[in-house]
Amino acid sequence: MFRSHILVCGGTGCTSGNSMKIYDALVERIRKEGLENEVHVTKTGCFGLCAYGPIMIVYPEGAFYSQVKVEDVDEIINEHIIKGRIVTRLLYQETVGEDGSIKALNDTNFYKKQHRVALRNCGVINPEKIEEYIAYDGYEALGKVLTEMTPQDVIDVIMQSGLRGRGGAGFPTGRKWQFAKNSVGDKKYVCCNADEGDPGAFMDRSILEGDPHAVIEAMAIAAYAIGSDQGYIYVRAEYPIAVQRLTIAINQAREYGLLGKNIFGTNFNFDLDIRLGAGAFVCGEETALMTSIEGHRGEPRPRPPFPAVKGLFGKPTILNNVETYANVPQIILKGADWFASMGTEKSRGTKVFALGGKIHNTGLVEIPMGTTMREIIYDIGGGCPNGKKFKAAQTGGPSGGCIPAHLIDTPIDYDNLIAIGSMMGSGGLIVMDEDNCMVDIAKFFLEFTVDESCGKCTACRIGTKRLYEMLCKVTDGTATMEDLDKMEELCYYIKENSLCGLGQTAPNPVLSTLHYFRDEYEAHVKEKRCPAGVCKKLLRYQIVADKCKGCTLCARNCPVGAISGTVKEPHVIDPNKCIKCGVCMEKCRFGAIIKA
Amino acid sequence: MKSLEELRALREKMKSQTDNRSVAGADETVIKVGMATCGIAAGARPVLEALLDEADKRKLHNVSISQTGCIGMCRLEPIVEVFKGGQKYTYIHMTPEKARKVMNDHVVNGNPCKEYLIGEN
Ligand SMILES: Cc1cc2nc3c(=O)[nH]c(=O)nc-3n(C[C@H](O)[C@H](O)[C@H](O)COP(=O)(O)O)c2cc1C
Ligand code: SF4
Ligand code: SF4
Ligand code: FES
Repeated sequence: MFRSHILVCGGTGCTSGNSMKIYDALVERIRKEGLENEVHVTKTGCFGLCAYGPIMIVYPEGAFYSQVKVEDVDEIINEHIIKGRIVTRLLYQETVGEDGSIKALNDTNFYKKQHRVALRNCGVINPEKIEEYIAYDGYEALGKVLTEMTPQDVIDVIMQSGLRGRGGAGFPTGRKWQFAKNSVGDKKYVCCNADEGDPGAFMDRSILEGDPHAVIEAMAIAAYAIGSDQGYIYVRAEYPIAVQRLTIAINQAREYGLLGKNIFGTNFNFDLDIRLGAGAFVCGEETALMTSIEGHRGEPRPRPPFPAVKGLFGKPTILNNVETYANVPQIILKGADWFASMGTEKSRGTKVFALGGKIHNTGLVEIPMGTTMREIIYDIGGGCPNGKKFKAAQTGGPSGGCIPAHLIDTPIDYDNLIAIGSMMGSGGLIVMDEDNCMVDIAKFFLEFTVDESCGKCTACRIGTKRLYEMLCKVTDGTATMEDLDKMEELCYYIKENSLCGLGQTAPNPVLSTLHYFRDEYEAHVKEKRCPAGVCKKLLRYQIVADKCKGCTLCARNCPVGAISGTVKEPHVIDPNKCIKCGVCMEKCRFGAIIKA
Repeated sequence: MKSLEELRALREKMKSQTDNRSVAGADETVIKVGMATCGIAAGARPVLEALLDEADKRKLHNVSISQTGCIGMCRLEPIVEVFKGGQKYTYIHMTPEKARKVMNDHVVNGNPCKEYLIGEN
């Protein structure tokens, strides 16, 4: 037994904040002090509170140190590890009570409302050691399935649990497996979608980095259920840490005979390989993904035939998302009822979201379905920084839509989000405040889909481009009211005439902003004004003569010499020269410069 | 991996590596060893090692053993505090042998070692 465990976050966020140097320094000091047999230093996956990284936690005290620097290591060792005195100044502020005592992490606002199922091992175990996964009940579910359950039993449990796909569309996982089981084929495949292309999303990446064995174990369970012996994990090459940890995990599972032949002494065989994607968004679409694994250019094909009938290499195949799989071993161990007791009637369980944009606690959160957007944004996320007003949140990335402030009390589940014109998506959640222009946001997502359209369908390839150009007209102030109507018409045309989900959902960000923020579009068109002050072409920097003291500071800082005036006299900006960089407004100490 | 039993045996073995990687639950016995300068000088480290070793040997997953700062009675060090059944027991002038006895008599069998408790000698 170790008297102390030091867990250092090895997630992408903290790693880029140098957490591995901290890890090395800790290991070095512990060795120097001769404490290797008493104190265990481990790296783990993401704790979720990436905004306060690099993060480490010391057990059994549960001291949660945030924003740790390499230089802090000596103090932590000298004080906490050697003398048993917690270094209060480094604690995550919310864990320090008024009387200086430490509060449990689960009592802080960020963690209180969370419920970790898919992320249960992230920030707890070392993802590079299969033995730690096993210590936390790893592979027990696979053992149970192989020795005590029939394939149909497995499917029944998954069906009863109500688990739905976490990759976006929310298709019932049990049904999908049943189709594949019922399909006849000499060979069947189990695939995992780790393409995660939504801008701002990093849920799947964090699961793979923090708990890769959960996905491997679940894929083996799925293979047993449908009668497959080969799996593929399709992961984007831009996720080097995830790929590396997956590779280590697969090799360790093979060494222990948890992948390979006659697993658990039964006649079940299963092996797993990684396929790297080049990072095209469309390759996350299931038929494109399989085409890409086959070594062809990743383009979608029409369905039916569905993959459960004719998928990879023409064989019956299931494809599930990383997070979908991460739930499976737990469901097998704890039962369908346990899982179904969380969430809402039609959306059981939890969902992981990557919180980003204008929010205090950027990071990774897992909440029971049915939690409201308000709870996520205010209670967990801490609201918008600098006291700005919350305006909207985007879910579902480029396929989704925005949820405006007046719908903030909507309980989040698959069906509610569709009803208000957005969708669950894979779990990116981007928060926008009063300084965001909604037309500009729609333009951002459209630019993304224009880039990512595979080009197969005219409606998608050319339609999204035209739609993007129309949005540019709006933000440039050259659009007419008829253009807005034309835009809407084009949106529906693209949706109806595209082959795959990319084209079918690409107009959603435009439609939903048009629906909820039409007044903003109209301000751009009718008044040539951007209410949020974002669209540069519509901006005009002006100096209010009454407030200007003639200090000349703005004139000296303007990069293009657009400001003129003499000392102690009000200055003026020449709109023809001004490039709208905003420097003058930042510099003025008297608040004399305004955007209009 | 040839059987579930094999997996479970490995898990049992690994548990000793991951025990203590959580904040102690309400039903856990918590053992704290005073390890400030005074405690260490009086020989607290071998006491702690003996406690950890006993926990390993007896596969005790329901105890949390850690160190704490100065308890404020330096002349009575090494001090070991045991929190069990809602009560606090303070053992003083501990040695590795006494620590092993506390593990056996008190932590496992529920009979506090009165002779080592503060106020008894
Ligand atoms: C353009 C496009 C991109 C997609 N990208 C992803 C992705 O990155 N990850 C993912 O799991 N599913 C993605 N999907 C959904 C998949 O096609 C598929 O529905 C999903 O992987 C099925 O797994 P699930 O049932 O577990 O959700 C995408 C779909 C479309 C149309
Ligand atoms: S809808 Fe777009 S991305 Fe999908 S197949 Fe057609 S062109 Fe390609
Ligand atoms: S916005 Fe930039 S370019 Fe325009 S006047 Fe101010 S400093 Fe000069
Ligand atoms: S990467 Fe460290 S907390 Fe998320």
